[in-house]
Amino acid sequence: MRYLPLTDTDRTQMLGLIGAKSIDDLYVDVPKSAQRKGLVDLPKAQGELEVTRHLQRLAERNTPAGRTAFFLGAGAYRHHVPASVDHLIQRSEFLTAYTPYQPEIAQGTLQALYEFQTQVAMLTGMEVANASMYDGSTACAEAAMMAARVTKRTRIVFSGGVHPHYLDTARTACEALGLEIVALPAAVDGEAAVIDALDDATACVIVQSPNVFGTVTDLTKIADAAHAKGALLVANFTEAVSLGLIEPPGAMGADIVCGEGQSIGNSLNFGGPYVGLFATREKFVRQMPGRVAGETVDADGKRGFVLTLSTREQHIRREKATSNICTNSGLCQLAFTIHMTLLGEAGLTRLAELNHEKAIALADALAGVKGVEVLTKRFFNEIAVKLPKPAQGVVDALAAKGVIAGVAVSRLNAHASMDDVLIACATEMNTDDDIAGYVAALKAVL
Amino acid sequence: MTRYTEDHEWVRMEGDTAVIGISNYAAEQLGDVVYVELPAVGARFEKGADMAVVESAKTASDVYAPIAGEIVAVNEKLSANPETVNEGPEAVGWFVKIKPANAGDVNALMDEGAYAEFVKGL
Repeated sequence: MRYLPLTDTDRTQMLGLIGAKSIDDLYVDVPKSAQRKGLVDLPKAQGELEVTRHLQRLAERNTPAGRTAFFLGAGAYRHHVPASVDHLIQRSEFLTAYTPYQPEIAQGTLQALYEFQTQVAMLTGMEVANASMYDGSTACAEAAMMAARVTKRTRIVFSGGVHPHYLDTARTACEALGLEIVALPAAVDGEAAVIDALDDATACVIVQSPNVFGTVTDLTKIADAAHAKGALLVANFTEAVSLGLIEPPGAMGADIVCGEGQSIGNSLNFGGPYVGLFATREKFVRQMPGRVAGETVDADGKRGFVLTLSTREQHIRREKATSNICTNSGLCQLAFTIHMTLLGEAGLTRLAELNHEKAIALADALAGVKGVEVLTKRFFNEIAVKLPKPAQGVVDALAAKGVIAGVAVSRLNAHASMDDVLIACATEMNTDDDIAGYVAALKAVL
Repeated sequence: MTRYTEDHEWVRMEGDTAVIGISNYAAEQLGDVVYVELPAVGARFEKGADMAVVESAKTASDVYAPIAGEIVAVNEKLSANPETVNEGPEAVGWFVKIKPANAGDVNALMDEGAYAEFVKGL
């Protein structure tokens, strides 16, 4: 597509037509204090070599995960992605195929979506999964809105263990629909507190396991309590690998299971793009956001795949669509599917065990440091750690020593009164040397 | 006597109750119906309000209340067998029964002849 810039004459004519004197007239509603005076001082155009050098220098100011002892989690996880995953997703049959307005043309893409849905349904213990959402946080927001549609109620209760960014995303999405969001105070082990917050107006309770502090919770009692009040249980997760070892939320009574799928097949990508997982009970499928690839037979009786439920999407149902999502995270979803296929059930379980083993080693090592207390009692690969000092300062001091120690709770939630708490994660990527280095550096800065 | 709306619903009075569905023309235009979403018995609707949703392989459309009233029955058969709509849109494929808010409202709608003319003009 050619880029055809407007001429000054074009601009003058367009402005004249709408009765504006200058471009600035279009911004009269923007407060003066928010307007920039003059132009940004950008350097003159440079050659390719200079630009490459400059960008290289900027990139070197980052601290890449691979060059440090890295213990960040809290929503994004560093796992091994086999080279075969990258190779396969970049095959042009997959990379360039889109689910267009006649999606059945791309049979390979639809089959990959179908396999993905099957994997997500099995992982979460649910009956039906969609073809993916943008990321975990938007999947969680969609779950809240779906629960409101199903129950025709308007009150959404969040536990104090759901990732704060997920809560923020849900607030943004739900506000315009007039839904009321009740957020319980941050708590390391407080998922069950949603039970006391239930009432007859509650559409759903949203809990997370493992939660943002790493705590794993049996959701059975919460499900029973929610159902007794006619509310749904939404079970969220940020670490999909945990499902290789933990009872699936569906088996514990969850009505909607949503979460982040980045952990499987996808790199950290500086925070995105990621892939949202979303699964529910078959009886709710008409209220589920997004699309579903279904299996059928063609005119000759041969197996084929179709896109179903898209009649409920925005391009057909306009403002009455179940959701404003009209697509899915295709390539990230494909990476998830391929990695999951390579792992298989036994491989996923082994990967999950490895993660848990590393986290136990990390927890034991940190608990041995004077003044440090591990707060998370039941964890998968992530723990909340209480330090004798504000956590953000410790994180900064350790980063200078080549250890990325974790995420300070104050960075996620400034109002949690947990400034001395750090969330640290260990995966199969962490070596014993990493953990020893962490402990040594921590002792030095405390 | 069956009466029709411009949105292709039909209404037929059976005693004090109005039986409502979508017309043969509407069913033909939609193609194979795959799902019907019906209101709850007891729900009240104003004339023209969204009352039900009918979904075919390629689209999902609202069904509007042709007259104001209260739902007294829904065709349960449509939940498990939505294809019933295609089998007999103006008979076995009825959607809901309404107790009209005003008995005379139905007479304001098109009769069979007027609807046939209306459809011809589309």
